[in-house]
Amino acid sequence: MGTLGLEHYLLLSALLFGIGVIGVLVRRNVIMVLMCLELIFNAANINLVAVSRFRPDLAGQIFTIFTITVAAAEAAIGLGLVIALYRHVQTVNVDEIHVLRG
Amino acid sequence: MIDLFWLIPLVPLVGVVINGLFAKRFIGSENFTGWLASGLMLIAFFIGAGAFLGLAELPPEQRHIEIELYDWIPAGLAHMNTADAGVESARFTIPFGFQLDPLSALMVLIITGVGFLIHVYAIGYMKHDPPDPGFYRFFTYLNLFASFMLILVLGNSYAMMFIGWEGVGLCSYLLIGYYYTKKSAGDAGKKAFVANRVGDAAFLLAMFATFFTFGTLDYDGVFAGAAQHYEVGAPLITMITLLWFIGATGKSAQIPLFVWLPDAMEGPTPVSALIHAATMVTAGVYMVVRSNVLYSLSPFTMTVVAVIGAATALMAATIAMVQNDIKRVLAYSTISQLGYMFLACGVGAYAVGVFHLMTHAFFKALLFMAAGSVMHALHGELDMWKMGNVRKYMPITHRTFMVGTLAIAGVPGLAGFFSKDEILWYAWSGPNGHPLLWAVGTLVAGLTAFYMMRMFLVTFYGESRMDPHVESHAHENPPMMTYPLIVLAILSVLGGYVGIPANLRIGPLATLHNNFDLMTWLEPVAGGHAGAGGGDQAEADTEEHAAIESVPLDDVGFARVAEVIPAEVALAPVLQDEEHAEDHTALEWTLMLISVAVALAGMGLAYVIYIGNPKMATTLQQRFSGLHRLLFNKYKVDELYDALFINRAKDLGVGLWAFDDGVVDGVVNGAASSTMQAADASTEFDERVVDGAVNGVGYTLWSGSGGLRALQTGFVQNYALIIVIGMVALLSAYFFGF
Amino acid sequence: MESLAFYILAGIILVSAVLMVTSRNMVHSIVYMVISFIAVGALFFQLQAEFVGAVQILVYAGGIVVLFLFVIMLVNVGEVMQLDYLHTQWLPATLLMLVVVAEVGFLVWGNGGALQASPAEAGAVVRALGGNTETVGMTLYTDYLLPFEIASVLLLVAMVGAIYLAKKEA
Repeated sequence: MGTLGLEHYLLLSALLFGIGVIGVLVRRNVIMVLMCLELIFNAANINLVAVSRFRPDLAGQIFTIFTITVAAAEAAIGLGLVIALYRHVQTVNVDEIHVLRG
Repeated sequence: MIDLFWLIPLVPLVGVVINGLFAKRFIGSENFTGWLASGLMLIAFFIGAGAFLGLAELPPEQRHIEIELYDWIPAGLAHMNTADAGVESARFTIPFGFQLDPLSALMVLIITGVGFLIHVYAIGYMKHDPPDPGFYRFFTYLNLFASFMLILVLGNSYAMMFIGWEGVGLCSYLLIGYYYTKKSAGDAGKKAFVANRVGDAAFLLAMFATFFTFGTLDYDGVFAGAAQHYEVGAPLITMITLLWFIGATGKSAQIPLFVWLPDAMEGPTPVSALIHAATMVTAGVYMVVRSNVLYSLSPFTMTVVAVIGAATALMAATIAMVQNDIKRVLAYSTISQLGYMFLACGVGAYAVGVFHLMTHAFFKALLFMAAGSVMHALHGELDMWKMGNVRKYMPITHRTFMVGTLAIAGVPGLAGFFSKDEILWYAWSGPNGHPLLWAVGTLVAGLTAFYMMRMFLVTFYGESRMDPHVESHAHENPPMMTYPLIVLAILSVLGGYVGIPANLRIGPLATLHNNFDLMTWLEPVAGGHAGAGGGDQAEADTEEHAAIESVPLDDVGFARVAEVIPAEVALAPVLQDEEHAEDHTALEWTLMLISVAVALAGMGLAYVIYIGNPKMATTLQQRFSGLHRLLFNKYKVDELYDALFINRAKDLGVGLWAFDDGVVDGVVNGAASSTMQAADASTEFDERVVDGAVNGVGYTLWSGSGGLRALQTGFVQNYALIIVIGMVALLSAYFFGF
Repeated sequence: MESLAFYILAGIILVSAVLMVTSRNMVHSIVYMVISFIAVGALFFQLQAEFVGAVQILVYAGGIVVLFLFVIMLVNVGEVMQLDYLHTQWLPATLLMLVVVAEVGFLVWGNGGALQASPAEAGAVVRALGGNTETVGMTLYTDYLLPFEIASVLLLVAMVGAIYLAKKEA
């Protein structure tokens, strides 16, 4: 299994990020899209905490706390928007929401 | 008092909080809101004046106070490219700090002083019957603007300047679009925002380059580093200064980014006076003067600045000659005067640029507010050909407008005369000066006198061409609006006596000069002074020194500039002259008399054409109809930009869409999607034809725009995919080391 | 031991994330998401960032998940599940992400181990700094006080905004 280095964490984070991005791009349900965004946040957090451990700097952990704060705010606002949208068009399907079409 | 100067930008913020959040709902008094906003400006002015006087008590070399409130961005390591050791790491921290020195103290006084008068004026101007529900919003934005502008001038680093730079841009956008139900106002706001954004992008790039070069964004650090490590003409410095100047062309409406300022007149008149004449648009000039250490290291940039300034001044002045909307005339006049300021900076007379900035703030704010006063009294009429003989109804506005006109035209004894004359003098004799620049400047002085006199005469004299209904309601405005005009008129007369030209320092004027001289005051900042860089051997050249003794040229501080500029550039024709001060003075007198004569000729010509022989204007217009149309259409610059940039950007969008559609989607489901799109297209085609809304012609147009429409698929995830493609492309670029 | 914990946790995180993205039933997705979040929290503990790990579990696995569940209750899930749930652009998306992962992998392993800090040194660093709550708290309330306050304002704004968006139109 070998010893653990920073690179293991970075690769884990990259994989999680990739899964999250694929989710954002392919799921048709707005709520699922938001959930996948949370995965991306988590990937970033793993990066920050791992780097904070392998470098003499606590800033990574502090930034993670801020990221979590922002993620919470994002989730609240995003879901509020979903509810408002659902009231309006009675759907959470992304493909049916295309009023921006030119 | 001087230790409290960091409070100055925070004072107007109190008004933002109270007026923005509570006033409308909980207090509901327009008087309260207006006077609160104005009162805070007055408080800020008093603190600023205290700081100014405190600064004046210190010896000149100590007039530099910094205070760092906290670490704004405590980030980690970043790359920088040191002059000696190649790429190294530097700790990237940006403190939220303020700095008080002669330049920022002067700017604070201009902003808060003129700002206070304009706030008071706005109370009267914005009062309507029935009340305008946006009244509270207006004063909130106005205070917010003042706060950002003060941060801009008081910040101690380029990052702090950038906060203010962006903040004033935002407030400008909000206030131009203040009447947001009017489409033209909204469009004007957007145009200003986009034009500024182009400049801001350059500003950002300049900041990156500066950090990469000097490892800091702090003024002192940057200037010290520049003075120590870089030679005159270093390409890196030239790049940085050019990028900064592009930023300045956006904010200060110079060629090529000036197009937004005339449209910005859609905002309420106090906004035009405060933001688009007196303060915000001068931010670019302030920035160049602040960075004068860097600019002086790059003769190429200096030449660019001077030439762009002169060209802008000439172009805007010619356009202003034929406009009929009084606010637009003033807008082009502002662009033209800003061009003068850049001309002064470009020839190396930074302090003179600031001098003109100050006098311009006085008389242009006055002119705008007087024009607004006329407009307010005439039911929003802006066309000068629907005015005439307004002086009968508005004596105070008429007199103050006259003072403003004479001041900007350069009539001896008024503020504009002194600063304009100084600029013209240094355009000839400055370190980077050239007789051609002087000639353009003098021509512009004549044009300025002409178009200002034209507007003044057509508006206030001659026969009344007012709508009878409007005329029956014409009246002088309440004191709240006229008093600020009177104060500014006084300043427009007296403002010039802080910078008396060398040849006029005789008798009482000499005493005045010895008591206070703006150029001497600004010398520690604008004199090419570099925080730690050795700039102390000001007397570089003995020959020059001889000239300096009799005519204290180093008052403008370019004796120090001369030190870093190669001799052939630095030694202006006059200084090379081994004769001495006699010729010097004689030349200065000659140039001064020529410029005064040109200005008077311009005014006289306007009088002859528009009052003496009213038919002549039409005749001339017909005879030179081609020229007139070109000027009237503002050289068709807007149309040119549409053709060059706006439509090209649209084409780029279509191209990108074609890539996305053809390559990316094609990988997946080329056949299916093209079938579906064809089906979609034919469905929409059917609908259009069946609806009968448009027929054949309509269809042609529609299919022509098909490419653009398809770019906006409306599917969020398509947009997201494009973003991800861009991200991967950037990552790959970094990966493969581009 | 340490690496065993890492591989187990990484496996849980990735498998549950994949299941979450591919699962048709949204409630199942939520369950997988909780598992993934808790595993990430455990990973933070393993990285000796105890405070952040606790926050992760409290805020994510506690707060945010409940929020999602509420919203799923409010919308009509039955109709949603009938959808052809995957977008047609899954192939380019997957390819792009493979490129990203390959590049990151190559970056961390492929260029001579510039990133490989030795674990012993790293352990000493963490001990010196103290990855614990006390140190984080001290730093948060001194060096990062202003961002901390701004974050609190952000949360307030988000709360007001969410309430405004979600309330029935008056």
